[in-house]
Amino acid sequence: MSVSNRINAKFAQLAKQKRAGLVTFITAGDPNLDVFEQILAKLPEAGSDIIELGMPFSDPMADGPAIQLANQRALKNGMTLKKTLAAVAKFRKQDQNTPIILMGYYNPIFHMGVQNFVEQAREVGVDGLIIVDLPVEEDDELCHPARTQDLDWVRLVTPTTDAKRLSKILKNSSGFLYYVSIAGITGTASAKGSNVKKAIEDIRKQSSLPIAVGFGIKTKEQVQQTAQYADAVVVGSAIVNKIEQAKADNKTAEQTCEAVISFVRELSSGLS
Amino acid sequence: MSAEPLSKPESYQSGPDSMGHFGQFGGRFVAETLMPLILEVEEAYYKYKDDPEFRTELEGLAKDYVGRPSPLYYAKRLTEELGGAKIYFKRDELNHTGAHKINNTLGQILLAKRMGKKRIIAETGAGQHGVATATVCALFNLPCVVYMGETDIKRQAPNVFRMKLLGAEIVSVTSGTATLKDAMNDALRDWVANVEDTFYIIGTAAGPHPYPEMVRDFQSVIGIETKQQLQQAEQQLPDAVVACIGGGSNAIGLFHPFLDDENVKIYGVEAAGRGVDSGLHAASLTGGQPGVLHGNRTYLLQDEDGQITDAHSISAGLDYPGIGPEHSWLHDIGRVSYVSVTDDEALEAFQLCCRLEGIIPALEPSHALAFVTELAPKMNKDEILVMNMCGRGDKDVFTVAEALGVEI
Repeated sequence: MSVSNRINAKFAQLAKQKRAGLVTFITAGDPNLDVFEQILAKLPEAGSDIIELGMPFSDPMADGPAIQLANQRALKNGMTLKKTLAAVAKFRKQDQNTPIILMGYYNPIFHMGVQNFVEQAREVGVDGLIIVDLPVEEDDELCHPARTQDLDWVRLVTPTTDAKRLSKILKNSSGFLYYVSIAGITGTASAKGSNVKKAIEDIRKQSSLPIAVGFGIKTKEQVQQTAQYADAVVVGSAIVNKIEQAKADNKTAEQTCEAVISFVRELSSGLS
Repeated sequence: MSAEPLSKPESYQSGPDSMGHFGQFGGRFVAETLMPLILEVEEAYYKYKDDPEFRTELEGLAKDYVGRPSPLYYAKRLTEELGGAKIYFKRDELNHTGAHKINNTLGQILLAKRMGKKRIIAETGAGQHGVATATVCALFNLPCVVYMGETDIKRQAPNVFRMKLLGAEIVSVTSGTATLKDAMNDALRDWVANVEDTFYIIGTAAGPHPYPEMVRDFQSVIGIETKQQLQQAEQQLPDAVVACIGGGSNAIGLFHPFLDDENVKIYGVEAAGRGVDSGLHAASLTGGQPGVLHGNRTYLLQDEDGQITDAHSISAGLDYPGIGPEHSWLHDIGRVSYVSVTDDEALEAFQLCCRLEGIIPALEPSHALAFVTELAPKMNKDEILVMNMCGRGDKDVFTVAEALGVEI
């Protein structure tokens, strides 16, 4: 099965079930490799339809405090890009169907070597990439090499994207589109539903790709509301916050894992 | 990325290309939310940069408010002491606010005004760019928010107070390592959240295109004046020009007008902190590798996983793990020689300058001066060397006292 099919198959399945999917974001290696792998393994059964894995970076410029801290925890405990790819390989041994999208910043990939990275990513079973600091103007860097390896290139569409720019963004986009519902960083304000709905309608006039909506979505209720017009709903900072909270409360590894998984279960229960 | 041929270009002054590249360096590596605004800044900059009304306003303020042209001064006693090349200082420390930074903030705020922006943000390390931004914001009555690392706020208290007096709001940055790079991250985060009304005045010749080009152009007044002034004083070009480099704005400003004068040797001086081998330094070219951060590809201090590592320098203004992309290019094609100087060497040069010339230099140009003490004696007495004295040292006296073990 070619890698891009995992994403297509998932959205086809969701369409059949007449429901929106849940995209869960966690940072690879947060709070450490062991607990992260436990959480990752349990995400699908908790109701995560698509897993978005953050590749830790020292300078996550588009992220708010929650994900910044997640990056710092992971890096402090020795997480690297190589270990992230190894964790995906391990996950794929038990799960052949849940799509995995790697999200992050370009420098660690550039440093590893683009060709080396895209080949390894494909081999371990990554399905797509979201690279925050690579706009369409820099497509030669990684977008084209990734597409050559059948990795989907998932782009962000934002409230600052106008019609002219949208057509540029749609070119070379694949898998799905990620609509960022606020102009801002992750984990901060929540968007006004009516604005997002309108924006999604505008995008659908130009593209048949599924649309995931994220940024500022923190509760089961918000997930349900967003699911009325999105094909998938992304929750990130709110999940990652559970890890920070568990750490602050001196929870054990199992308790930390359980805190995250039960929250994901709660979020996904709104989508059945 | 395609391999760039490193053959000699037709002109060293032709960059960047339309995508903001200097060879393989530069570019626009920013979040999609910012792209429309970055393109808007580029469009506005190209529209106004040669606009007569814009130039007149900028040049008028540069003259009457900043005090330009800054003098080109023959440092006679230093020349005699070193016994080699004739040494001139370009006196940009005499500018209003005490450094070259205001050349750029003035240009950018005039652009922000024309773009109809209502709010200014900036990052600062030592506080010089923060002060220069707060100054022009006071002048133009625009609210100003300056992002500054918590660590830097502690060690640059006088500049923090100056910014507050000028009406700026200082945001203490505690994320990451709480230094200049994190201040820049937080300024970018602010910008993403306030794209509609906010203009980001970047202080160094780095960041996404068009910033490296724009900052260079506003700072090039340093090199243009130097050329004219030396022509008048000596009827010739200098044999060598020297400037210190953190991000590299004063250096590119001095260097750029001389790039195609191939007989002029050009030296950029990075901060080697406690020594490049110690790992505690800020010498991105000497000790770093190409990478992508803060909107551009350039040489960066980073580890084997591509994580950005901390810079170290006694001079807060050089304490940055990157460098402007044009410098990375000039380094790779070999037009400019980049060298490095340690904290201790800079401290010695600082004291030498005080004693011989009656000028208390900032710690940043003290790095350039330390290299001058090495270079000048190797040059002939009929040769001429120009160093940019890019900032004055008032802000550094506490740091220097501490380093010398003196209580004040």
